[in-house]
Order: sequence, then C-alpha cells, then structure tokens
Amino acid sequence: MLRYISKRLVSLSASLIVASILIFIVIEIIPGDPAAFMLGINADPDAVEALREQLGLNASLTSRYFTWVTGLLQGEFGISYTYRVPVSELISDRIVISLPLTFYALVLSTLIAFPAGIYAASKRNSLGDVSVMGLTQLGVAIPNFWFAMLLVLVFSINLRWFSAGGFPGWDQGFFPAMKALTLPAIALALPQASILARVMRSSLLDTLSEDYIRTARAKGLNRRQALWRHALRNALIPVLTIIGLQFSFLLAGGIIIENVFYLPGLGRLVFQGITQRDLIVVRSVVILLVFAVIAVTFLVDIAYAIADPRLREGSR
Amino acid sequence: MNFNHLTSHKMRALAASCAVAAFMVSSTAHAMNTDVTIGMQLEPPNLDPTGGAAAAIDEVVYANVFEGLTRFGPDGSVNPALAASWEISEDGTVYTFKLNDGVKFHDGSDMNADDVKFSLDRARAEDSTNAQKALFAGITSVDVVDPLTVRVTLDKPNGSFLFNMAWGDAVIVAPETADNNASNPVGTGPFTFKNWAKGDAVMLTRNADYWGEAVKLENVTFKFISDPTAAFAAMMAEDIDAFPVFPAPENLAQLGADPRFEVVVGSTEGETILAMNNKKAPLDNIKVRQAITHAIDRQAIIDGAMFGYGTPIGTHFAPHNPDYVDLTAQSAYDPEKAKALLQEAGVSDLTLTLKLPPPSYARRGGEIIAAQLREVGIDTEISNLEWAQWLEQAFRGKDFDLTIVSHTEPFDIGIYARDDYYFQYGDADFKAIMDDLKGETDPAKRSALIAAAQQKIADDAVNGYLFQLARTGVANAKLKGLWENAPTQANDMTGVYWSE
Repeated sequence: MLRYISKRLVSLSASLIVASILIFIVIEIIPGDPAAFMLGINADPDAVEALREQLGLNASLTSRYFTWVTGLLQGEFGISYTYRVPVSELISDRIVISLPLTFYALVLSTLIAFPAGIYAASKRNSLGDVSVMGLTQLGVAIPNFWFAMLLVLVFSINLRWFSAGGFPGWDQGFFPAMKALTLPAIALALPQASILARVMRSSLLDTLSEDYIRTARAKGLNRRQALWRHALRNALIPVLTIIGLQFSFLLAGGIIIENVFYLPGLGRLVFQGITQRDLIVVRSVVILLVFAVIAVTFLVDIAYAIADPRLREGSR
Repeated sequence: MNFNHLTSHKMRALAASCAVAAFMVSSTAHAMNTDVTIGMQLEPPNLDPTGGAAAAIDEVVYANVFEGLTRFGPDGSVNPALAASWEISEDGTVYTFKLNDGVKFHDGSDMNADDVKFSLDRARAEDSTNAQKALFAGITSVDVVDPLTVRVTLDKPNGSFLFNMAWGDAVIVAPETADNNASNPVGTGPFTFKNWAKGDAVMLTRNADYWGEAVKLENVTFKFISDPTAAFAAMMAEDIDAFPVFPAPENLAQLGADPRFEVVVGSTEGETILAMNNKKAPLDNIKVRQAITHAIDRQAIIDGAMFGYGTPIGTHFAPHNPDYVDLTAQSAYDPEKAKALLQEAGVSDLTLTLKLPPPSYARRGGEIIAAQLREVGIDTEISNLEWAQWLEQAFRGKDFDLTIVSHTEPFDIGIYARDDYYFQYGDADFKAIMDDLKGETDPAKRSALIAAAQQKIADDAVNGYLFQLARTGVANAKLKGLWENAPTQANDMTGVYWSE
C-alpha cells in the first residue's frame, strides 16, 4: 500500500511541474499588456511604461517563471496586477464560496443519484425504472445555466424566496450564506445527479449479473439482500470515479453558474483575470485548480485501493 | 423496508428541507430608506482613480469618496469642490485656489494646501502612473502660500485647466494614504469606504464628519453583475435599487412598463466612432474615407445595435454640449455618392479589416456596418477581439483598417492632435486650432475655435462618426436624485434619497 501511494505521489509531482510550465507558457503567449489595459485608451505612453516597470513586466521570461515558482513553493502567489493585493488573499476570498458550493452541489447530487440509481437498478425495466431514467436523460440534456435561469425566474422573480444572486458573505451567518448558495447548488447538482444516477444504475446492474451474486442468491439471499450486502460495494468503484471527476468539474467549471448568479467564486476570478490580463492571478488560480484535480485523483486512487484490494496487489 | 419506502422517505426529507429553506427567506431587497444598492456591470480593478483608467473606478469613488479642487455637476458644469474659490492672473497662467476650511480626510487628518501640492506633483511626476497624465502637462509649479491657499503656475494659459481639475484622475489624496488607495481609499468625500467583497460588492458608508452638505443616505452598496440576464433578474427581484448603466437594453421596454421601475435615458460623453487607420492605404486617401462615411446609415445602426437609444453625430463632439455643431448632413447616408467617391479614388475590390472590441455597440454595430459597406462594394473581414487584444493589436500596434470604439472621456477632441494616436491623424492645422484653444480664455473665441475643430475633423473625414452613446439606466421609481446624464462616468450619490 505504501509503495502504491509513493508511486502515485511521484507521478503527482511530475504532473504539477509539467502543468506549471505549460500554464506559464500558454498564458505568456496570449497577446495583451496588463499595463496598457489598466490605463486605457487615453493614457500617456510614458505612464504605461512606468506601470510596466512597477509591475515587473519588463523582466525576462525565465526570471519571471522562476520568481513565480519559487513564490509558489513558499506559498506566495504574488501581487495581483489589477487589484494590487496579494493573489492568495483574492483566492482565499473566492475559495470560501467555490469550495462550499462544490461540496453542496456534490452532496445534493449524491443524495439524489444514489437512491435514484439503486431504485432504478432494483426495479429494472419497471415503470419506475423507465421514469427515473427518462428524467435523468432530461437532466443530462438540460444545460445547467438554462436550468439556473428557470430557477431564478420561479424562485427569485415570481416567488421572491431567494435573491436572484450574489453572496452575503459568511460573516452574515451560516444560513443566509447557505441560502445564497442553494439555487446555484441545485442548478449545478441536477445534471451531475443525472449522470451519477445512470452510472450507479448500470454499474449495479453489471455487478448483479456477476457470478458471486448468483452464488449469494444460491445461498438463499433474495435479490434485495444480495444487492445491499454484496453488489453495492463493488458497484461503487465506477461511481467513485465519476464523483471524483465531478468534484474537479464543479470546482473549476462553476464559472457559468457563477455568472448567472453573480457569485464571486474562483471561476469568475479566472474569467476576470483573463479579460483584464491579470496574468498572475490566472496562472495562480489555474495551477491551484490543477493541484486540486490531481489531489482528488490521488484520493480517488487510494479509495479504489481500499474498495478493491486487487488494485494494490497489482501494483507490486 | 422496501425501496419505495426508502425513496419516498428521502423525498419527504427533501421536501421538508425545501420548506425550511422557504422559511428562511428574508426581505433583503427592501432595504431601509437610507440604504441603496447600485448595480454596475464591471467591477473596478482597484479603487484609486489616480492610478487607472477603468471607468468603474470613478463610478464608485468619484464625488462619493474622493473630491478634487473642482468637480462636475450633473449638467457637466465645473463647480467648486475642495477649492471654495479661485483667482486667475491677468495672463491666465497663475491660478490661486482658496481651499475650504475644516476639510478632513477619512482617516481624521486635515486636508490642506500641502495635500493639494502633493497630489498634483504626484500626478505630473516623471514616474507617475496616472492614466490622464496629460491633464497636468502644463503645470510648471505648485506652491503652498498658506495652509488654505495654493498657487498653481502654468507654462501658458490653459482655458480647460479648471475642467481638467474636475476629473476623477485629479482628486486630492493624502501623502500618508495615497499608496494604499487602490484597496483602501481614503478621501475627503461624503462617504467613507467600508468594505470590498471582491467580485461582489463595494460598500460605502456615510462620513459623519463631512465638511460640506450632509448626505441623506447611510449606506451605499455597489454590486457587480456582469451578465445582462442576471442584471435583469436582479432588477426584477429588487435585489438592486438602480442600475444606472443597464447592460440589457432589450429589456428596457419591459422594465419601463413595470410601475415599480423607471427607465432613465440620458446622454454620455461617449462618442462612438468607426475609427479608420488614416495612414494605411487606401484609407490615407480622403475620398475613400469620405466614401465610407457616406456608406453608413447612422439611424439603422442606432436602431439595430442600440435598440433605438443614441443620438447621431457628425463629428467627435457631444451633442448636449452648447458648443456642438451638427455636421451629420455633411456625411449623410448616400450609397450612390459613396460608390462615386470610390470610383474617383480609383479603388475597387476593396477588402478592409474591421476589428471589434467586446461592447455590444461594437459587435452588433460592426455587423450592420459590414452589411452597409458591402452595399457600396467594400468587403470587410470582421474579427472580434477582447479588450486586451484590441489594445495590443489595434490601439498600440495600429494593425487595423477599421474599428469601432466609444471615446467616453469628456471633451476629448484633443486626441486628434496626438501624433501617434491609433487612428493616426495628427494634422498640423488641427493641432494649431487646439493650441490656440488652449491659450484662449475668452468664451466666445473658445466656442469659435471648438466649432472650427469639429468642422476640421469632419471635413477631413478622419473617422466615421456614428452616434453619441446613450446612458440607459433603470431605477426604483422611489429613488430620487440620481444623475440622468453622465458628464463624467460617475455615480454621484450625494443628492440621492428615497422619496418615501
């Protein structure tokens, strides 16, 4: 197990190094000068040059890369060009929205998908199964931003139960903050829940047709007992993979939903950073997201190994 | 336990939590009568008006947090602000400002002549990063006469000096706090900075020690909503009390029909132009430029791209300005004339690049202009650029034939005198007019020079002059005192109050 983990850790750090170089190069290639952007079209060229100097944009490419990476290793992301505050401060302001939103959506998605998937699998080809699968088909097909707008129309504009967007901040209390995240979380969760429910169902059906289930049934367990005691745990591996992927997707991909609900999350920070050429912010957030995705993959790998001992045997 | 039971149990739990959520609903939208929430499409990158050109900075802090020696009134007039009065020397080169007594910065320190000297010297310094450094170009010295008197000496008379001092870029800041204004602005205005939830909102609160007339509002929140659909939803849900520059003009009719809201259509300083690269063949030929100006149907662009909001212009000047000269007839829509001019110029099979920045006036207007140009035999290659790309390629690199931009600075006809400006005009005669204007302080003569300048750039068909950008806003019908027009890009909250 230890060897398995250390091997995974090595590949994790290699991925990070490659990612940091790629991110840096790609972002440097984008045309556009942050200083020119900040000072606008009426600006004096001298003032733009003075600002470039002040922002450290005149240093060489390699020296800027190493300044950035050494900063990262010390937990220093640098100073945002446009906001002029430490990037770490910007990120920590945003992550307290994006991370809870991601978990909220993931929990909702799991809470919906598990019962739905298990139900559909256990009642295979029944009317219930067909309707659940029909609904999930719809859930996969509906774009989440459109669904989000529907939610706003119904719950904010007509019923006036929720604000149409925005985030009051955690200092306003737990419930107002969670309330502000509720519609976005539902909008994010529904398509994910649909995918997850479908995976859950097919994975359960696959395991239910395995030999050991037949053996269990032969021992005298009924179909339901066999499902709960033996099939479910084994059916979880593909489901875990999907949950891991969904976490990364939700964390990095909430950008459209963040725009619809004007939530100041990480996605919008990147979006703003790109349009304003706040390259230092874009770089840092992207590397952080890469790190999060790699770390989640790592955790999922370990979860596999726990769920399925054959995987860690295989690594010997 | 069967599965049916399990799911229905879960469903009931879900329904219960939904009901709880519904219970938690609070009436945040209807704030108390001293609080107001203003919607803005763009978040300011920082809050220092002396260190960036973003209009959003002034839209939050101008007149609210920071003040200058003079300030713009809602009608564009230049009024006294921190300077109570001034005297101008005979030759027009020495301005002696008398400052208001008892003005304090938000950190409690006194605002006096030293701060004025510091602010002006900082803005015109060698290493200044002030985006409008040109405003301060003629200043040769700033002297403190006594704590409440400042003497500013210019190299030559400048008729727009008091106007220049009213810009957000010329506000007075304190030496101790100037470097932190980007994130923690400290000014002398009627509102103090409270909090900035980045990406979401900036909160201001009333300055109890304000030197001038007390304001009626207690708290002002500027909320940033970039998505037009979300802006509409926020207005409808009454999360926002006013959206002075509403990003979804297609929804204005619906909002206007709703008795809860009032649609406010005002003017801005934004001359929207089809800029042409005057040094690039064949646009260096005046006949080709004239042909393009005659090919354009301004009203069709206003109707098609701006939902009917906007005033046609024939030169680079704001129609609401008393000195405006209506020259639209000179470049009236006349496709036949355009074709004839092209023939005269000996140009055929012309293909021009049309580079469009993100605002909808450019993207939507660009499509319409492309269609209109095709009518007279000019093909266009449209490319949509982000602002940063546009600045790099079109603005700095001058790699474009045509582009559409709204020039939003007040009284910015002076850009035509710049040699290396992106549309590359810099005509000597025009520069002479502008030089005369700078030195002229007699109002009648100034008006004549301003008219001559407008005429000159229209005669030379430097650019295609399209329309003056309208300011289309929405506000709660009970909210009074917001600016209707935008003589500068600001949300001056000093006169705003709830009518009930």
